[in-house]
Amino acid sequence: MQHRLGIDVGGTHTDAVILDEKNTLVAKTKARTTADVSSGIEQALKQILEQPGVEADSIVHAMLGTTHCTNAITERKHLSTVGVIRLGAPATLSIPPLYSWPPDLHARVAKKTFIIDGGHEYDGKEIASFNEKEIAGVIRQLKGKVESVAITGVFSPVNAAHETALGERLKAALGPDVSITLSHEIGSIGLLERENATVLNSALMKTANLAFSGFLAAMKKQGIHAQLFLGQNDGTLMSVDYALCYPILTIASGPSNSLRGGAFLSGLKDAIVVDVGGTTTDVGVLVGGFPRESALAVDIGGVRTNFRMPDLISIGLGGGSLIRNENGRVRVGPDSVGYKLEEEGLVFGGETFTATDVAVAVGRAHLGDSGKLTKAAIAIAPKADREIQQLVERCIDALKLSAAAVPVVLVGGGSILLPDKIEGASEIRRPNHFDVANAIGVAIAPVSAQIDRVFSYEEFSREQALDEARKQVTEKTRLAGADKSKIEVVELEEIAMGYLPGHAVRIKAKAAGPLAPGRTTSRASAQ
Amino acid sequence: MRSRISVQDVEDAAVGGAILGTGGGGDPYVGKLMAQRAIEQYGSPEMIPLKEIPDHKIVMIAAGIGAPTVLVEKILRGDEAVTVFKALQNYLGKKAYAVMSAEVGGVNGTIPIAVAAHLKIPVVDADCMGRAFPEIQLVIPQLYGVPATPLIMADEKGNSVVLSTINNEWTESIARAVASKMGGMALMALYTMDGKTAKRATLPAMLSFTMKIGKTLRIARQQKLDILSELLKVTQGVRLFKGKIVDLDRRTDKGHVRGVAIIQGSDDFGGQKLNMQFQNENLVARTGEKVLATVPDLITIVDQDTCFPITTEGLKYGLRVTVIGIPCHKKWRTPAGIALAGPHHFGYDIPYKPIAVRGGTRRSHAASARN
Repeated sequence: MQHRLGIDVGGTHTDAVILDEKNTLVAKTKARTTADVSSGIEQALKQILEQPGVEADSIVHAMLGTTHCTNAITERKHLSTVGVIRLGAPATLSIPPLYSWPPDLHARVAKKTFIIDGGHEYDGKEIASFNEKEIAGVIRQLKGKVESVAITGVFSPVNAAHETALGERLKAALGPDVSITLSHEIGSIGLLERENATVLNSALMKTANLAFSGFLAAMKKQGIHAQLFLGQNDGTLMSVDYALCYPILTIASGPSNSLRGGAFLSGLKDAIVVDVGGTTTDVGVLVGGFPRESALAVDIGGVRTNFRMPDLISIGLGGGSLIRNENGRVRVGPDSVGYKLEEEGLVFGGETFTATDVAVAVGRAHLGDSGKLTKAAIAIAPKADREIQQLVERCIDALKLSAAAVPVVLVGGGSILLPDKIEGASEIRRPNHFDVANAIGVAIAPVSAQIDRVFSYEEFSREQALDEARKQVTEKTRLAGADKSKIEVVELEEIAMGYLPGHAVRIKAKAAGPLAPGRTTSRASAQ
Repeated sequence: MRSRISVQDVEDAAVGGAILGTGGGGDPYVGKLMAQRAIEQYGSPEMIPLKEIPDHKIVMIAAGIGAPTVLVEKILRGDEAVTVFKALQNYLGKKAYAVMSAEVGGVNGTIPIAVAAHLKIPVVDADCMGRAFPEIQLVIPQLYGVPATPLIMADEKGNSVVLSTINNEWTESIARAVASKMGGMALMALYTMDGKTAKRATLPAMLSFTMKIGKTLRIARQQKLDILSELLKVTQGVRLFKGKIVDLDRRTDKGHVRGVAIIQGSDDFGGQKLNMQFQNENLVARTGEKVLATVPDLITIVDQDTCFPITTEGLKYGLRVTVIGIPCHKKWRTPAGIALAGPHHFGYDIPYKPIAVRGGTRRSHAASARN
């Protein structure tokens, strides 16, 4: 029997599941997420390998879904400091980089922002050439001051020459420890959104490295030699090498996973799924069994991007959320004690009043020792409980497209915080294995691959070029492990490269399909 | 009625403008940020009704020209519109009483608000087409013989050009070429009119109409009303099609974005395919041989769930969309209006047939007869 391993690293718990070829749950376990991440994963792996019917050898695919990057942004923690450079002056000066960012995130991430001469016109010509003095000044100001750099050039998806050249210059000047993200590798046309995503990607480098390398090390230690994938924002899986360069793509992979897991476990096709973790709550919508995608620009921690993502709302509410009483007004979160809940929560003998303590105080959850709740905590618990419920109800209301009540599926370990009656819900479902819905969701996610190639429409007709692109991306997805008969092209984009001869067009395509049973023969990495 | 334009009004106008922009006119987000930044810096400008412009005072139009896709990528330096507006005043030796919009659909609806805030003059609650069109001469003033020139245009680099032409077709042809050379997008001041002419040759209450559409959508969303039917009610529109984008051929060519989107029908449109031709704006919507709508009527693609308008550059493979048709202003439905901006002008050998207005075909016939 061949197995696949699904792991979901939340802010509080690391969940692991083993599924067989028919997606039946063979084993599940929960371990505490640790500060170094990898020992928590190791613990989860150790626990699951101890269960009957599971051998390290039988695991051929491992899928990791992690909210590390999302949490880093929503909590503004462990973010790298970023030097933000836009190549575009004298154009684009009307809206400076990070103009609409929340001020606290802006201050935390962007140490320096520049708009310097450079970038290209739509046809690939230069807007302005490099200004050597200006670049020397940028280097002087960034040297030793930032951990990473984000470079966004106007029309870089059409002509990446300036971004690439500046990236090389900075790499040489700032040293190998400063990671550099180039916007044309992150997104497409749409300067402000692409720039935002590029800066976020840069800010996440440290967190990603810690999280993903930790997982690799942990698997190795347990003798698991499986092909490793990471969940990404469109709900598909990518290779770990790719994820290390583009950690922004793991943002909001958790919600896709919990939505897919929620659909799989509840059997419902149309519902709202509420996933309460230790730190955040994500609320999303299932339509016909699939996550409803947002057609609009997606906000991440208050920042606008143009990623394709499930339409969802994420708030700082979880089992470890801090409860504060501020002049009679009870505040819940957005900060959380996270993985330290079982040390710091009141019912566990700690000193911090958390959302979990509220659930114990009102008698909904039975954890730890309710005798350890303080008088003050017991007194404000009902108020905090109402506040928690209202936070979720507001999310549900904002996502609903009509006034009619809809079924609500509660998943995630923290969903024990929520009552059985929620405004706007026609029924509440708490499916079996609700506590590991994310890990199941990532384990059953489709694997994807993408190509990015320039075609000459004088050499090929447009139809031929598109067919060729579809064929190539489908083949690459098959090599990455997808079941050939079920591969679908999910994205296809053409960008005219007017400055190149022969009617050159850049075609970006992405395909996805469920994993084929059995060990993948090729080691071609999925992207 | 005179009123002050708030940041919220700009937000609503950007959304409503994108509905009337029929896919063109540029990304409302960038236009919105620019106008809002101008209001933050210089204060709220006044919006005045068309009829309040004194007959002998002049109004001028500030507008962008080029490919809207360029605007989401190469956003403006910021002072181009104010620079060309001032330059045209100097050239004419006259002060403008107010600034007006060429087209409320898209960024050209919000650029005049930024200019008005900056120069502390009113913006007129009117425009020249009640939608968006991809060429300078495709405006109601053309039907009244108003010349677009003298016209001044500039790019962000500091290059500027003064145009004087024999007719508005030449203005379009030369200005388009210049905009293309300037990097695909330029700002211009043009169509200087006195108050008396403007009252005849432009369309009143169009700017406030975009605010009303945006507000209707915002409130429908907040109150969980049926967003599509609210949108159709406020615009007098009809639902033309519903489906998923399965092919997209889009290129920037000769200063325009041209192409075609294929939408695979769903639900009651299952089994059908809609072919949408666009040149900056959506021009013709067809299913097979059947023509659902053509210019000068308005054809807009909106997100199926939220009814948020999707511009030409925002079209993506796989998006689930609804296509709506909105009847154009009755001045477009005259023989001269149809000759100017109907399907023939864009190279389609199909007659213009007004789309049915809400309430059924009988009313639509009555409406077209009346127009």
